[in-house]
Order: sequence, then structure tokens, then C-alpha cells
Amino acid sequence: MPNSFKKRDIIAIGDFAKEELLHVLEHTRQIKKMAPGKLLEGCILGSCFFEPSTRTRLSFEAAMHRLGGSVIGFSDGQWTSAKKGESLWDSMKMLEHYADVIVLRHPLEGSAQRAAEAVEIPVINAGDGSNQHPTQTFLDLFTILECQGSLDNLSIAMAGDLKNGRTVHSLAQALTFFNPRLYLVSPTILEMPKEICDELREKRIKFSFHKSLEEIMDKIDILYMTRIQEERFSHKFEYEQVKNAFILKTDQLQSVKKNLKILHPLPRVNEIAGEVDQSPHAYYFQQAQNGLFARQALLGLVLGKLT
Amino acid sequence: MAQKVLAVAAIRNGTVIDHIPAGQALKIVHLFHWECHQKLVTLGLNLPSRILSFKDIIKIEDLVLSANEANQVAILAPKATVNIIQDFEVISKFQVSIPASIASIISCPNPKCISNHEEMISSFKVKSHQNHVSLECKYCRRIFLYDSLDKKRIL
Repeated sequence: MPNSFKKRDIIAIGDFAKEELLHVLEHTRQIKKMAPGKLLEGCILGSCFFEPSTRTRLSFEAAMHRLGGSVIGFSDGQWTSAKKGESLWDSMKMLEHYADVIVLRHPLEGSAQRAAEAVEIPVINAGDGSNQHPTQTFLDLFTILECQGSLDNLSIAMAGDLKNGRTVHSLAQALTFFNPRLYLVSPTILEMPKEICDELREKRIKFSFHKSLEEIMDKIDILYMTRIQEERFSHKFEYEQVKNAFILKTDQLQSVKKNLKILHPLPRVNEIAGEVDQSPHAYYFQQAQNGLFARQALLGLVLGKLT
Repeated sequence: MAQKVLAVAAIRNGTVIDHIPAGQALKIVHLFHWECHQKLVTLGLNLPSRILSFKDIIKIEDLVLSANEANQVAILAPKATVNIIQDFEVISKFQVSIPASIASIISCPNPKCISNHEEMISSFKVKSHQNHVSLECKYCRRIFLYDSLDKKRIL
């Protein structure tokens, strides 16, 4: 495949063809096997986090450092000129002269697209409100491939906040290339949005809605748990009603398939009990570690250092 | 035969946009900045129409509107017809069609969309379905049905 990734913006998972997804996953595999230490030497990452983040920011910055590159930026929009009223457009225009690639997290939806229009250097979306978080999807796909040996024809349950959780939206879209059977487990008020369901129907993906994990535990290869996100609720009482809707404990893992792996984009609150960490089915910390390798692969590709 | 009396005076050269739903002509003028056009622009508002009951009409002297430009008004005036005039004669006539994308005409209904927070041009992909038109914001990627859109969102 010619390097269609050089200088490419990573805005939304839906912008990528199946072959392109697999291309990134193959580079992720190779980097995990043996990371080329000096690959990004001389390159500077502009790390622009207008919203708090732990895993995504640290894994991007670690990815850059471990490949010999360096990082400038900020981890809180409160300390930038945005606080003084500077537009995102202007902030990006300024940063373009200091960095070779921009990683952006911003509370407003569509901000990564806007940033990409402002600059010539590649922009990687690290989360724009509840819209897109494509690098999470790359690492999720890689993790599923790694622990199951294939992405094709898997039975996958997504549980928790399927309405506001951008990770499950993007993952569901990406999985449509691989003929999954999807089980969507959530309280009614947090069901998968209609437009995602419409897309699944259009692509003839089999899916069903469920209210409890028990209904589907013995059928699935992957359980993708998500946090009920308090910050996405406009009224606290709505959050209180559903915050404990799903709590996974080890006794629910008695009759599951041997190959079942439990994933979670993290952070978790209480939806996976601590005791589950010791189970051979738990795979969420390996998943978090894979974030480093997937982001290394993406940085190498958009900076033209990988082909 | 009785001569037809024009409610809005004819133009020698230029473009006539007819069959605009009543109330939309001023928005179209504003959209194309024709209030700043250096030549004559005449408007007819709330004219009787067989197709629309009431319609607006715009006549712009010395301006030839391309099909691409004209299609941008299709969201506001899906049944509009465009007449290109030369020496008082209609030399070409076409109906607008829904374009693949539109810019500037609508503001995104998603209050968390960046396009509502920065000085910028909104942009939507337009899809025509059997019974409805859907719009996908280029920025937040939310999909909206045009019919369910609060018409205050039309700029």
C-alpha cells in the first residue's frame, strides 16, 4: 500500500477503508514486537489537551518520547490563550510553526476537523467532545485482533453508556467491516444512538438490545464495558438512576466462553469489580498498554516515517 | 389576447429566480450578498402562485447564476426555477436540484458543535432520500433531517 497516511489527519474512524485499518494494525503489531527507538528523532509533537486526560495524553507523549521524538504542549485549556478568548483556529495556526504533528483533545465536537483545516501539518483527534476518538478505536481493534487471533465473525457485547460513549460508537462503526454479532447492553436512556443503529442495519450487521449482562454472557467473545459518564448528564438525578446499572463481578464469569476477554477504555469507576482483574478474562490493562503501540504506529505513519 | 402584466419589472440581462416559497427571497438575497450587488436587484414578495399559492421572485441585473450556485438555494427553495435572460429573452431555464453539500445556509443544530462557537462557515453533506433530506455536519458529523430542523437555524 502506498503511504496514504503521510501528512494525513486522523479525525474519525469512518474516514478509513478496511485495508487502511488493517495497515495500521499491522504496523502496531510490528512496533509492539520491536519498537524502532529512533524512528521519530527530530520530530516534535504539539500535545494540545484543552480537556483533562490521563491515558490518551500520557500514551501519546510516551509514544513520541519512546520513538526518539519530543513533545511540547499543555494538559489544561485553562492555561492557554483560549482562556483569553483566542479561537482554536488561531491557536492551531500558531502551533503549526512549532510542531510537526498536532494531537488535539477539545470539548467541542468537530474541533479536530476545524484544526485540520487551519494547518498543513497532520492533526490527530484525541477526542472532540462526545464525537470521535479514532485512536482509541485503532487500539481497541488491535487488542481484539491480538486476543482473539482474528477480527472476523466475533460475538461482541458493548455494555454501559452506549448513548454518550464515543468509543463504542466508533468501535461499532469500525467493526462493520468484520461481520460481527453485536449485543448492545444498556439502560433504555443510554441506548446506542439511532444513527449508529441505522448504519448497522444498512450494513446488515446483526445486533440486539439487552438490559442485563446475564442475558448474553455465555454467547460472547468480547465484552466491551464502558463507564456511565457523569459529566455527560445534564441532570444529576438521571445519573443517579443508572450509575450502578452494570457491575461486573467474577461470579458472572462462571459459564462464559473460554476465549472471552473483557475490555474497557478506562477509566473505570465501579462497573468492573476489582476482583475481576485477577481473572484470565480481564484484558483491559493490556488494552491500555496497546494504546502506546497503536499511537506509535499512527505517529510514524502520519509523519511519513513508516510506509 | 390580453397582455400579461408583470408584477415585477423585466430585466434586460441577468438572472430571474422564480417559484421561491414566500418569505425566503430575502434570505437568498442575504446568502448571496446581493444587497451589495452594484446593479439592479428587484424583489417580488408574496406574489400569487399556482404551484405554491404564494411565492417570491428575485431578478438580478447583469449576473448569470451557475447551476452550482443556484443549487445552493435548493434547501430554501426546492421548487425554484432559474431563468437566464439576455436582451429580455429567456436563453436558458433550469430547475434547482438538491446539491451534494451546502455551506453557510444553515447553522448546526448541535450546540456543542465547534461551528457554533467560532467565526466560521458551516458546511453540511446533503443526502436526498425518498421522502426526506438529511444533512450531515462536516464538523460534528451529526445527522439531521431537514424537515425536523428549527427554521431559525436557516441563516
